[in-house]
Amino acid sequence: MDMFLEYLWAFLIGGAFCAVGQLLIDLTKLTPARILVSYVVAGVILGAVGVYEPLIEFAGGGATVPLTGFGSLLAKGVREAVDEHGLIGAFMGGFTSSAAGISAAIFFGLLAALCFKSGSKINET
Amino acid sequence: MCFRKPSIISYAAVVGKAENEGPYGGEFDEVIEDNKGGADTWEQSEALFQRRAVGHVLRKAELTPDKIDLVIAGDLLNQCVGSSYGLKDYYMPFLGIYGACSTFAEGLLLSAALVNAGYLDTVIASTSSHFSTAERQFRFPLNYGGVRTPTAQWTATASGAALVGFSGKPPFIRAATIGKIEDMGITDLNNMGAAMAGAAYDTLTRHMKHRGTHPQDYDLIITGDLGQVGSDLLYDLFQRDGVSLKEHHKDCGLMIYDRASQDVHAGGSGCGCSASMMCGHFLKRVQSGELKRILYCATGALMSPTMVQQGGSIPGIAHCVEISSEQGG
Amino acid sequence: MNISNEEYGELAKKRSHGSKLYKTVPMAFLVGGLICTLGEVLLNVYGMIGLNKDDAGALASMTLVFLSILFTGLEWYDRIAQHAGAGTLVPITGFANAVASPALDFKSEGYVLGLGAKMFVIAGPVIVYGISASVVYGIIYYIVGLFMK
Repeated sequence: MDMFLEYLWAFLIGGAFCAVGQLLIDLTKLTPARILVSYVVAGVILGAVGVYEPLIEFAGGGATVPLTGFGSLLAKGVREAVDEHGLIGAFMGGFTSSAAGISAAIFFGLLAALCFKSGSKINET
Repeated sequence: MCFRKPSIISYAAVVGKAENEGPYGGEFDEVIEDNKGGADTWEQSEALFQRRAVGHVLRKAELTPDKIDLVIAGDLLNQCVGSSYGLKDYYMPFLGIYGACSTFAEGLLLSAALVNAGYLDTVIASTSSHFSTAERQFRFPLNYGGVRTPTAQWTATASGAALVGFSGKPPFIRAATIGKIEDMGITDLNNMGAAMAGAAYDTLTRHMKHRGTHPQDYDLIITGDLGQVGSDLLYDLFQRDGVSLKEHHKDCGLMIYDRASQDVHAGGSGCGCSASMMCGHFLKRVQSGELKRILYCATGALMSPTMVQQGGSIPGIAHCVEISSEQGG
Repeated sequence: MNISNEEYGELAKKRSHGSKLYKTVPMAFLVGGLICTLGEVLLNVYGMIGLNKDDAGALASMTLVFLSILFTGLEWYDRIAQHAGAGTLVPITGFANAVASPALDFKSEGYVLGLGAKMFVIAGPVIVYGISASVVYGIIYYIVGLFMK
């Protein structure tokens, strides 16, 4: 039952982040790229003020998978790096904490580009 | 301007898979099922579409490239590479034009003017567009999950070409009106129909005023690719003058796909959309006399991603060509 | 033209129907929620095989990124995205799709100036502004830390 609730919250909170994104697309004419940028920056800010980590405790993947989670990860990395290295840590933490995701995207992206061809998007229903 | 002599000697359309699956599938001269035709890149495949279309025009007119005085061609790509690379191997005198999706009408009216004036005898107007090249250049990479808004239009993968000269046989090009650049202040990249409707209204109004005609004098008034939004706006603009256009009007963007089953949102667009509909569908019907007098008004959105990113609006243009099954007096 | 741009803009607005929110928002919610649930499942699985929380989190992200890029290559991601909208945009899978799709598409312009240079043409701003925001936060955090001591 606990397990089920955990997944349910991940679904609901994650879904809510996406639904808000959809409302932004449909109602504000914000382009997708701008929405992604706003989400990441919002995640950094929410992580900085300490709101986001409790949400991660609560919703797990529902909070880490949306790009706000990426932002909060950047904030967390910077905080830890500043604690350890002082001011210079401000320039180290972001990339350190997000390294796995970014490196994976770059490397798998490269592999995919080598293996696949871009599609013709022949439109179907 | 009015013409007396020029007629369209031969015409041909080459389309991709989705266009052939639309309501007018089977009327085109050639279908390239994989949208690529063996080319290595999408840009080369667009060039191939145009090469094939011009090839069919030459074959139907039983002419070799050296008998052609001029080819006037354009497309949507930077430097109009679909036309220049597509047609380079024919070694025909070439003039490149850019009129966005109005290119085919621009090419036809220039061809007719040159032929009517007696400067040249055989002029080909040709154009192409390709969904994949347009998407790459103007929007997003093909596999990117960007969402299309309901007002967005689908660039047709198609090419159309027509040979203008003297044959004494229909379809005859009787008159044309050159469009003015109309900037209606539309800034939404995904709403080209709205950006073009004003230009279509202006050109059609001026043409009919000059010719002393009304919408009911034509069997059909065919616009290029206004799509649903642009067509509705065009009716609104004519309605303001107390003119009802709807029952005489067809839009190639709304015809080329089956909008119920093909996910194309507000309709088709691109130079090749109206060019292939004209060369695949309408010109045949004028030639046979089924349609006696039509007005073809191709509309173009003179959109530049750079200008739009800088906050600029999207100017529209429309050129109109009157085509008839009867020769001018 | 006998109509002002303002008047025309109003007319255009009336004729340009927006998205149907009752369709798009639930779809975004559903698909986005499912992707997040998958993330949670991965997190638990990696936790169960003995990874610590941070490593499990990183590996879960990497797995989602891998799946998203695989789907991008197979031309599935953009098809799902047509219906899912922000549901496939907001999760980290959307970031991965934004990295992989230009790489794939611009391969035709070469491996260095095409694939390599264009890879971050969409996703780049996310990194630029995300990292910059984190640096600003780090500096503030450091200064605040000085006064707290």
